[in-house]
Amino acid sequence: MTLTRREALGLTAGAAAFLTLAPRIAFAAAEETEAAIKAFTGGATPASGKVSLDTPEIAENGNTVPVGVSVESPMTADNYVESVMILADGNPAPGVATFHFTAMSGIAEAKTRIRLAKTQNVIAIAKMSDGSTFMDKKEVKVTIGGCGG
Amino acid sequence: MAAPKPRVKVPKKASKGEVITIKTLISHPMESGQRKDKKGEVIPRQIINKFTCEYNGQVVFSCDLEPAVSANPYLEFNAKVEDSGTFKFTWLDDDGSTYSTENKLTVE
Repeated sequence: MTLTRREALGLTAGAAAFLTLAPRIAFAAAEETEAAIKAFTGGATPASGKVSLDTPEIAENGNTVPVGVSVESPMTADNYVESVMILADGNPAPGVATFHFTAMSGIAEAKTRIRLAKTQNVIAIAKMSDGSTFMDKKEVKVTIGGCGG
Repeated sequence: MAAPKPRVKVPKKASKGEVITIKTLISHPMESGQRKDKKGEVIPRQIINKFTCEYNGQVVFSCDLEPAVSANPYLEFNAKVEDSGTFKFTWLDDDGSTYSTENKLTVE
């Protein structure tokens, strides 16, 4: 199919109109993310280290972004990772998922696929069985957002 | 909506104390509650909000899911196995229905 100059101009104008008219969605502010972290850690500021997030640097499709998280821990009955919370600070709501591990998990590692509305930070916070918390943060660049709309 | 179909990948055999990787997927639209239909009305949220994996009745791994998890939620995690037994996987839907499947594992 070949496009005439007139058709090409029409298409561009249509696309521009769609983008400006697309509904503006209220995105979660940084405060909401902070509040979610505080609620999870019980007020403490999580230390860095131990947790590592595995995310793509650039996600072409924000509808399914593969995310993996692993935490260094011996995973024994009295020293293990209790839970890991995944947050995305640029989504309409920051919460993504919370993994709950047990000593039977063997390794504190999990993978899933998430939605990202735009380029933003993905945050993982791990809570150990002794109550200490650790955090990792990675920026993911999103080409096409995953919020429908 | 077609009935959600769970799919699980677990090895059939493992050695004692081995850490095995489990992959699960369930077909589900994970309607976020953010989208609007053609009339401009919000499509109500309907997602899988909880997943649990049990081995011989003991919880190995569980997960709380939010609308930010992709459609057809995929989860990959590990389990350390000492004895032969049965894995039970349960998904809990917003509308109250549960979907579950079981897998047997032989430890040699």
